[in-house]
Amino acid sequence: MNGAHDLGGMHGFGPVDPEPDEPVFHHDWERRVFALNLASGFLGQWNIDMSRYAREQMPAAEYLATTYYEHWLFGLEHLLVKKGLVKPEEIEARVAELRRQRVGRPAAGS
Amino acid sequence: MSHDHDHHHDHDHDPDHPGEHGAPLSGPALRVKALESLLVEKGLVDPVALDQLIDRYETKVGPRNGARVVARAWTDPAFKRRLLDDTSSAMAEFGYTGRQGENMVVVENTPTIHNMVVCTLCSCYPWPVLGLPPVWYKSAPYRSRAVIDPRGVLREFGVELRDDVEVRVWDSTAELRYLVLPLRPAGTQGMSEEQLAEIVTRDSMIGTGVVNGLSAR
Repeated sequence: MNGAHDLGGMHGFGPVDPEPDEPVFHHDWERRVFALNLASGFLGQWNIDMSRYAREQMPAAEYLATTYYEHWLFGLEHLLVKKGLVKPEEIEARVAELRRQRVGRPAAGS
Repeated sequence: MSHDHDHHHDHDHDPDHPGEHGAPLSGPALRVKALESLLVEKGLVDPVALDQLIDRYETKVGPRNGARVVARAWTDPAFKRRLLDDTSSAMAEFGYTGRQGENMVVVENTPTIHNMVVCTLCSCYPWPVLGLPPVWYKSAPYRSRAVIDPRGVLREFGVELRDDVEVRVWDSTAELRYLVLPLRPAGTQGMSEEQLAEIVTRDSMIGTGVVNGLSAR
């Protein structure tokens, strides 16, 4: 099956840009979404092929414009919703709630 | 799609590190936080397990494992034969088994064959021996070009192969994950297995590097 993820042989993506002394994760949220993916996998509701397929459901233009762990986040949400473990509106409500909490907090210190 | 991504493509650490010092969370950081709190609340994931998984893959599993395997193969012909014949069993002698390494295959470089590994569809990689893949391995430029312009890609890694060296590119899958057995550099006859493991680089085991005895650190 082709799609934006099926990159082998495509032109136009420019040179490879290796990062010297690259850290394993670049942001704390990458650590968390990595672990959430693995831990959710332990629930036994899907396998690795389903995980990748879920990431490939991201709209093509968005897939190419986002980072690797954003694909993982999308795929995890997709699977959790599909399996009925989390409802989309629960996610949106929690996002909104956390955003309000953060905005309400002092900008420094904590 | 309702993700409100902040499209950070730079590799620098975010100065406004999400979630710290009361800085407002945004984009993926906010969504991940929301998802984690929901999953923990529902009892679907254990926060302790999350921290253990992060620690394991950030600090314990990495290319030093693969380097030990390579050094053993360079110094122990019987082990090398086992490694090439039945990679996963030979890796298990080191205890390097498990997630994303269930079926590993070692491909051997020779003076006339250079092997290079990619995952064009995503990011398959032998975690037990290399840890998690670097960003470039998962990036569109590498995934797209490794299979049509491997020599050009190798040049971007500073590797220039002679014209008579055949390049073999292996496209990984979830079922088959490849590790390159690099050529042992000349002038290393006197080195111990431990010393040899020190000079084996991650990239040499992906095939985007070679082990250079002279520049050994």
